[in-house]
Amino acid sequence: MGKLMSEVKYSKEHEWIKLDGEEATIGITKHATEMLGDIVFAELPEKGSNVDKDGTAGVVESTKAASDVYTPVSGEVIDTNQMIVDDPSKINEDPEESAWFFKLKIKDKSEMDSLMSKEEYEKFAKETSA
Amino acid sequence: MSIKKTSLNNLHIKYGAKLVEFAGYQMPIQYKDGIIQEHKYTRSHSGIFDVSHMGQLFISGGDDLTNDLEKIFPADLKKLKTNQSKYSFLMNNKGGIQDDLIITKTSDGFLIILNAACKYNDYEVIKSKLDNQYKLNLDDSLSLIALQGPEAKNVLNKVIPGCDSLKFMNGNNYVYKNEKVYITRSGYTGEDGFEISIKHSDAEIFVESLIENGSKLIGLGARDTLRLEAGLCLYGNDLDNDTSPIEANLKWAIPKSRIETEFVGSEVLKNQFQSGVKKLRVGIKPDSKVIARGNTKIYNDKNQEIGKVTSGTFGPSVEHPIAMGYVDNSYSTVNTKIFLEVRGKKIPANICNLPFYKKNYVNGEINV
Repeated sequence: MGKLMSEVKYSKEHEWIKLDGEEATIGITKHATEMLGDIVFAELPEKGSNVDKDGTAGVVESTKAASDVYTPVSGEVIDTNQMIVDDPSKINEDPEESAWFFKLKIKDKSEMDSLMSKEEYEKFAKETSA
Repeated sequence: MSIKKTSLNNLHIKYGAKLVEFAGYQMPIQYKDGIIQEHKYTRSHSGIFDVSHMGQLFISGGDDLTNDLEKIFPADLKKLKTNQSKYSFLMNNKGGIQDDLIITKTSDGFLIILNAACKYNDYEVIKSKLDNQYKLNLDDSLSLIALQGPEAKNVLNKVIPGCDSLKFMNGNNYVYKNEKVYITRSGYTGEDGFEISIKHSDAEIFVESLIENGSKLIGLGARDTLRLEAGLCLYGNDLDNDTSPIEANLKWAIPKSRIETEFVGSEVLKNQFQSGVKKLRVGIKPDSKVIARGNTKIYNDKNQEIGKVTSGTFGPSVEHPIAMGYVDNSYSTVNTKIFLEVRGKKIPANICNLPFYKKNYVNGEINV
């Protein structure tokens, strides 16, 4: 097990969160993009704003419908990914790497504890989409 | 009531359809390629749409049929030649639209194509207005398949030779596998195309042969983005019982020769022709990338509510959000600045011309 490997966890709202020290990167899962279909619009939180765990922190829209994006933990928005605003189809192409949504300086590391591991999330995603 | 399946249900599953319930039928919303690819494939090549859930109502019998149908529909049925089609409406007494439909004159009567969600009610309404004098058959032994796009004529001509000579909004009988099929040159995507009425048992093999010749199955999701780009109305969203054809900006579908005559809703329509209407259907283009969906409230620059969006999406061919809706008539001029309330914010937008995407029909009839 590599000591430097950062921790990736998953929420029931189909967001992933990768923690590096106090900095968290958040995006939506591949499974979420498959349920949404072609994404044609993305709205991100404002840099410098504060977001609360499980609160709305963005929107994605497919040709069919709009869906809220929630933040799995609380914190201050320190960066947003303009690339996905300019070309929302990148979210379908690479949802769990380059098409991240926003970065947070997190408030409370313990909020990570209630989130799912990769294995738990995959099981959850399979059960809820059946 | 159990959910109905069309004769192409197994084919939908074979080609990876995501199935949803629509108007009591299990229908494909999209296939593996997704809505945007399916939309673009229809615009650049051709797409196959299962529209078998729509009603195919045959009416025949009696010399007065044309007269009696003109008492119901505001179309010029007397002038209609055999195999010619017209877009028209079934209205209520208040001039509201109960359904929008296509009437085709056949050799022994008329064929009316009805929206899936309205067809049983339409049948009852039309039957009672005709006083049970004629033979009405809402034929559930036939599938209906639309083939749309610039390559539609080449693809269909390989499977059913000769159909490329059909003119727009005209139909004819053809033979496929020794069985009669009825084909009209029409559609609802803004592209050239055909609708093929065919026996259930031949539908699957017919569609497979269209696929072998380069066409692809397209779901309801892309059908919706295609029709909206083409500025065409979806019944239940853009048209309803409280909206007249004049308000819906569809008065081109009511011929001048019928305005002074009687049909269901004619008094209200005559009045609206003379005095105008309060609300009008318009095209709407947001300035930014924000999508305004159905029921989005529309405001003027003084923050007064002036209307409502009835359909809105992202247009894959125009590569921009597009919408249609109803606004107070005084705001219906093209380039009027309006504001759409999306997630609590007022998004600037403009009234614009319809269609968003320029149509690509073949010659034959300008008056669609």
